[in-house]
Amino acid sequence: MKISTILVLCFCFLAVGGCSARPSTNQIEVWHWMTDRQDALQALAQKYEQETGVKVKLELFAPSDAYTQKITAASQANVLPDIYGILDKKSILALFIKSGLVADLTEELEADHAAWESSLIPKAVDVNRFPVGNKDGVPPGIYGVPIDVTNIQMVYNNTLLKKAGLLKPPQTFGDFLTAVDALKRVGVSPFVTGFGEMWIIDCFASNYAFNMMGEDKVMATFRGEVKYTDPDWIKVFSVFQTLARKGAFIEGIVTKGNKYAEQDFALERAAFSFDGSWAVNIYRSMNPRLDYGISPLPAINPDRPMKVWGGAGSSFVVNAASPNRAKAVAFLKWLTAEEQQVFIAEKTNNLPANRAAMIATPKVLPDFSKAMDQTTHPSVWPVNEDALVTEAFDKGIQSIIIGEKTPEAVAGEVQKIKDREMKKKAEQ
Amino acid sequence: MLLNPDIRKDAFKNFLFVLPAFMIFTVFYILPFMNLIWISFHSWPGIGPMHFVGLRNFQELATDTIWWDSIWHAGYITLIALIFQNALAFSLALACDREIRMKRFYSVVFFIPPILSEVVVGILWNWILNAGVQNGQQVGLLNHFLAQIGFPNLIHSWLSDPKTALTCIAVVHSWKGFGWGFIILLAGLQTIDRQLYEAARVDGATSWRMFWNVTIPMMMPMIMVVVILTILGSMQVFVLIVSLVENGLAHHTDVPVTVILGSMHGSKQFGLACAQAVIFGTMLIAVSFALKKLSNRVKQV
Amino acid sequence: MQFNKYVFNKGLKGALIHIFLFTVAVSCLFPLFWMLRSSFMSNETIFVNQSVFPTEFNWQNYATAWTQANFAVYIFNSVIYTASVVFVIVIVASLAAFAFSRLRFPGRKALFYVFVAAMMIPLPGSFVPLFVMMSKLNLVDKPVGYILCMSNVGLSVSILLLKTCFDRMPLDLEDAARIDGCNSLQIWWHVAMPLARPAIAVVVIYNALNVWNEYILAFLLLNNKNLMTLQTGLMRFNGSYQVDYPVLMAGLTMTAVPIIIIYLVLQKHIEKGSLLALWSV
Repeated sequence: MKISTILVLCFCFLAVGGCSARPSTNQIEVWHWMTDRQDALQALAQKYEQETGVKVKLELFAPSDAYTQKITAASQANVLPDIYGILDKKSILALFIKSGLVADLTEELEADHAAWESSLIPKAVDVNRFPVGNKDGVPPGIYGVPIDVTNIQMVYNNTLLKKAGLLKPPQTFGDFLTAVDALKRVGVSPFVTGFGEMWIIDCFASNYAFNMMGEDKVMATFRGEVKYTDPDWIKVFSVFQTLARKGAFIEGIVTKGNKYAEQDFALERAAFSFDGSWAVNIYRSMNPRLDYGISPLPAINPDRPMKVWGGAGSSFVVNAASPNRAKAVAFLKWLTAEEQQVFIAEKTNNLPANRAAMIATPKVLPDFSKAMDQTTHPSVWPVNEDALVTEAFDKGIQSIIIGEKTPEAVAGEVQKIKDREMKKKAEQ
Repeated sequence: MLLNPDIRKDAFKNFLFVLPAFMIFTVFYILPFMNLIWISFHSWPGIGPMHFVGLRNFQELATDTIWWDSIWHAGYITLIALIFQNALAFSLALACDREIRMKRFYSVVFFIPPILSEVVVGILWNWILNAGVQNGQQVGLLNHFLAQIGFPNLIHSWLSDPKTALTCIAVVHSWKGFGWGFIILLAGLQTIDRQLYEAARVDGATSWRMFWNVTIPMMMPMIMVVVILTILGSMQVFVLIVSLVENGLAHHTDVPVTVILGSMHGSKQFGLACAQAVIFGTMLIAVSFALKKLSNRVKQV
Repeated sequence: MQFNKYVFNKGLKGALIHIFLFTVAVSCLFPLFWMLRSSFMSNETIFVNQSVFPTEFNWQNYATAWTQANFAVYIFNSVIYTASVVFVIVIVASLAAFAFSRLRFPGRKALFYVFVAAMMIPLPGSFVPLFVMMSKLNLVDKPVGYILCMSNVGLSVSILLLKTCFDRMPLDLEDAARIDGCNSLQIWWHVAMPLARPAIAVVVIYNALNVWNEYILAFLLLNNKNLMTLQTGLMRFNGSYQVDYPVLMAGLTMTAVPIIIIYLVLQKHIEKGSLLALWSV
């Protein structure tokens, strides 16, 4: 073995790598996690450099778990780039702001009679807004810029519905249960989604919680004023029990990742699914002939319209400590302008965050874009549930689906964790 | 131990041999670990100021049944791996130690699972263990096979039944890892002096007697290495679990590493996550000491 | 090689052994074939068409994987990282294992236990402290930082493997070398290392595989995309929103080739261990 050769090679490499060029002031660095948008963003970065002479250095870190770890670690060592994203709950965004790592962009967004702000979809801006008197104690303002929006709804397979003799998608929960029976009679699995992933359970359950007890009562529960053992919450848990007992769920739904659920729906292994606007891309690439439609989940309480979970899909924040802050903001402003937003939307089939672009690209996911007005998201709620309570809630629902626990038992357990966490907070 | 007197004086010189390892180790392991212990006494969401809480994280864990269950789960996976994976590795190594055809082929092929990316393993086993039905046909390979050979009553939702999920994970894990045991044990088997077998045969020993009296004692050091590697690999398995059951089947498939990552990235409780890492690390150290003791005793026998 | 007939009867037993070996071999080969055939399919057909052999040949997937994952640069980086880490580990671990096995100094046993114990502590918990430490040392976004970090990851296991091997080294060889005037360092290099070839081969393959397939630390410690590795490049096909399965499979197939070659080369050394008759005697 030529050890000397290897050694020489190593040292050359280390020497080259060790003295990487210091960032010029005419360059902004962006860390992102969006694998599907890398090409479009790269093309735009080049265009931006041609137009303005500012070089945009794009670095992709995927999957999102690795990205989050990277951001957490970099925040500790104060080596965050000029532009990055925080893929976490709003309370974590608040901590970043309080640590001086995220710039307040209110001034820029509201300049010229809020020209920039009003060009964006309001729900998506709200996700990054801390209102006056917010629970996190952050100075009120807007701290991030949405670059696209999403929402999560029910999708249905027209071919399979027809096979079961169903002519239109169910509007009410009763219709839905009838459809489940009809589908089962013809040997079709009714419903698939990624219940192996906590956030989908959370999303599905809170859609029904909002529908059955109204937003105020849900928020009151989060504040600790209403207990999870309340009959209304028991009813929410019972939705899962009813569906599971009816055999509505595809076999193995509680350990299914959303990617596998999307695969199942695309390959027509189930008639209904619950998925986000990004899934359209996946259905298209896996089965272009898939005949499907989109609607909100069937409501249980007909008096309240079903809310749709959604809002900002991806948002960028600007590093407050960055010497290139003004340039970074200018780039984000350019990125969310109509022309660039149309480009991203058409290239990647994501819903644009720019209102004019949403109108200009009617072909991009029309059914999803219609629902943007009904969207809601934890980031715009006045209160959020504690993460440990949410985990107990979601895992409890899995237990209900596999039939090992009753809704009442799960409600009791969740409330126990809630009491413990409330006590802990009171002590601090 | 051989050691002539002037070498003994050279204790410092001898220590220099360990110094590079010791330095790398101190900087990249011991110091971060000290930091880890320090964080474990705090409540900290991963950013911003830390809040000292003393032993509260540990107290909370002491009564946390989910946490202790997760350790049992890892223990269960390890136990199955120790028995199934190593029995498989050992018997394959024994079979390949003979002068058989395609020996080279086998010893290459058995090393494919360890080489394969977890991504491929995850996608593939998800397909094999899938429980869905389409047009009256089982989608999953295993269920499809069971239906074909006439055991439709064995068809099962393998990964989402608490009774089978953990065992399935352990089996896939064993399948992925037996290649390591196989190459180490095969290398060990091939170093056994064939004359020892000859001598035993002359004494009239049966195959089984030879196996127990010659093969096993000669292989003891190798077996210990494989056992330690198996425990190490099985106690820390998590990529495979995530790729098979995502966030888990309620709490039935939680293992310490997924719980630690959950408290870190899911609920942003770095202090708790560090306390879990400290407890789990300490337990594993205790296990490795017990093993060391055990192997010393085996050597004496 | 005649002992086998004493351990196993010929005939039926031989056939059973072959069936056993063959069944396991099929289960190991199946994923490889599946990965290969999938790499030639399209996202549309990959899960619909269930044949084991590819029915179409989209070589385009390989081209896409090669260009989009920046293979040309990343394969160079990965090779350098892997070679450097393996080199560092073999030298550092064998020196340490040799000392633990053959030399005497105060705290020898305690220190060895510390090393063995450390492999048991799960790393995931220590990412943040590790990163802070690295940035204090100014080693973030530097190849040498990643190499040292990965060397640490494989160090304990390698020391354990090598020590097991050195422990079985015959004393007379070492004594003879000392009489010839060799010092400990010379004994390590001229006597111990050549005799430990099978164990070193195992250490090399173990660590090469570790580094080759690692991506979490690479993402954590490196920022510049020109310093990234093959696995990090492949992650862009395995995104949170969309997975391009065929291209991912093509990339994974290409990534697996070098490691298979390394194994084929080293496997000879592992088997040559029988000639040296050292490891467990």
